Amino acid sequence: MSSPRIQDLESQPWAGRTRRYDIIKEGTIALLVVTLLTIAASMFFGSPDEKQLTFKSWAVTAPADFYQTAAHEIAGSSESAGYGAPYNSASDGVNVGPLHLAKIFGVSHPVNSVNDFVVTPLSTQVNTPEVSAALKTWNVSDLKMQQGWASKYDDALTKANGDQAKIPAGALADFGPVPAMIGGLLTMAQSGSLDAVLLSQGNYFQFDNTKQTLFMGDGNYFNDQSTASHLQGDTWGMMNETGRYPGQAWLWLYSFWYQIPPFNNGDQHPFGANADAYIMVIMGLLSAGLVFMPFIPGIRSLPRRIPIHRLIWKQYYKQENL
Amino acid sequence: MSNSEKELWTAKLRGAWQRNLPIEKLLPDTQPAYVASWIYTFGVLTLSSLGVIIASGVVLAFEGPSWYHVSNVGHFVNSLHFWSVQFFFIFMVIHLWGKFWMAAWRGRRMATWMTGGIAFVASIATAFTGYLVQTNFDSQWISFEAKDGFNSVGVGAWFTVTNLGQMLLLHVAFLPLILGVLTILHVLLVRAKGVVPPIDAFDTEKKAKGARK
Repeated sequence: MSSPRIQDLESQPWAGRTRRYDIIKEGTIALLVVTLLTIAASMFFGSPDEKQLTFKSWAVTAPADFYQTAAHEIAGSSESAGYGAPYNSASDGVNVGPLHLAKIFGVSHPVNSVNDFVVTPLSTQVNTPEVSAALKTWNVSDLKMQQGWASKYDDALTKANGDQAKIPAGALADFGPVPAMIGGLLTMAQSGSLDAVLLSQGNYFQFDNTKQTLFMGDGNYFNDQSTASHLQGDTWGMMNETGRYPGQAWLWLYSFWYQIPPFNNGDQHPFGANADAYIMVIMGLLSAGLVFMPFIPGIRSLPRRIPIHRLIWKQYYKQENL
Repeated sequence: MSNSEKELWTAKLRGAWQRNLPIEKLLPDTQPAYVASWIYTFGVLTLSSLGVIIASGVVLAFEGPSWYHVSNVGHFVNSLHFWSVQFFFIFMVIHLWGKFWMAAWRGRRMATWMTGGIAFVASIATAFTGYLVQTNFDSQWISFEAKDGFNSVGVGAWFTVTNLGQMLLLHVAFLPLILGVLTILHVLLVRAKGVVPPIDAFDTEKKAKGARK
């Protein structure tokens, strides 16, 4: 760092040689250049716009995956059902050492996978007599009974690799109304009405897609599409874009941490399993480091030690014999 | 100016403004001779990109978030918005590196550097919310992935990336306002403090050595 005397001198208005400068002309030319560059890039390359996924496309394209995911939801075994804050209190969520920042604000956006994803959507429909009867049975049963049916069916379906045909017919009595309810939900999704119902949840105006996103994220369909588009976190996903377009390249440092140990091993404690929290903290500190760089000893001296400035002010140093 | 006038906040602000940023500094017609490198153009190129971003963004805002999916003109305006953001970041990063190697915070210009640094972070947040409101597959996936990061530190309780309404408002109103204020402040500081002189420009020992050569 410079001495206070030099800092004083560096802060004074420049008294040395000057040259003519037209700031308005410079700004106008720059704006023109950037506008033309942008128009040219837009004309030649366009921009990405891969169609959004819907519950209809999921249920029609991958009905078995939708069906099994719905079974996980009603049994409470899906990822979102066990997520923790801010959606529920099923788990503590991730932590940074002793700090459980994830649950600091509690359950601020309550999501009940059984009711929000299955029971409430079905209740809004005019169902077949079989589904109506199943729903009625579900609603008049106690929680223990509901959980027993749902868990048994979820387990049986998982054992059968999602293939309902492989579940022994004799076991059906153990599942109560659950198979009929999930069948009804599949039909509803295939017709396209689940998309609207999940968003509205009985309201007219709605802007929050949290429930849809969580439900869709619990299945393989959504994940498989993102893998095919190279958008997964372990392939620098956050900075990629669909197609052959540049994405958020400025997030490279954030994505970088997910590619290296110990953060790229999701099972490893304490870092891999809590990578999201650790990386957010690291990026927060690095961002603060960028802002406060003039005050960080060592780093603030790098420009003086590595003489790239000699290239920038080459002409000045030459003229001044410096 | 009378003593009672000097006590007026308005008079004090006007005085401070005139002392620190007279019109000659705000709209200069000369500049130090050492400002003679292509690296100096990246600041104004960043600002120009921001201008194109705002112009294309205003058109997109007037037409609504779904317009560009169904209209060729809309898709073209979306492309202008998309590419101006890409150029904005390219120019800004080059500008930032250039200023780092100049140690541009010297001569009590820390506030200039810091407003630039905060503006860089605010730009990332603004662009990020823009990617979330594309209402296509990319925005679906980004919201799904990003929620884990924000939830992991508790921020997800009030910054809900899966809430399209919230992200849209932040993207078109709150964050541009923050970024706009930071940008104006940054530019005013650059004009008020002047362009940082070369490293060693006031090192008399080195200058004397240079003169003896």
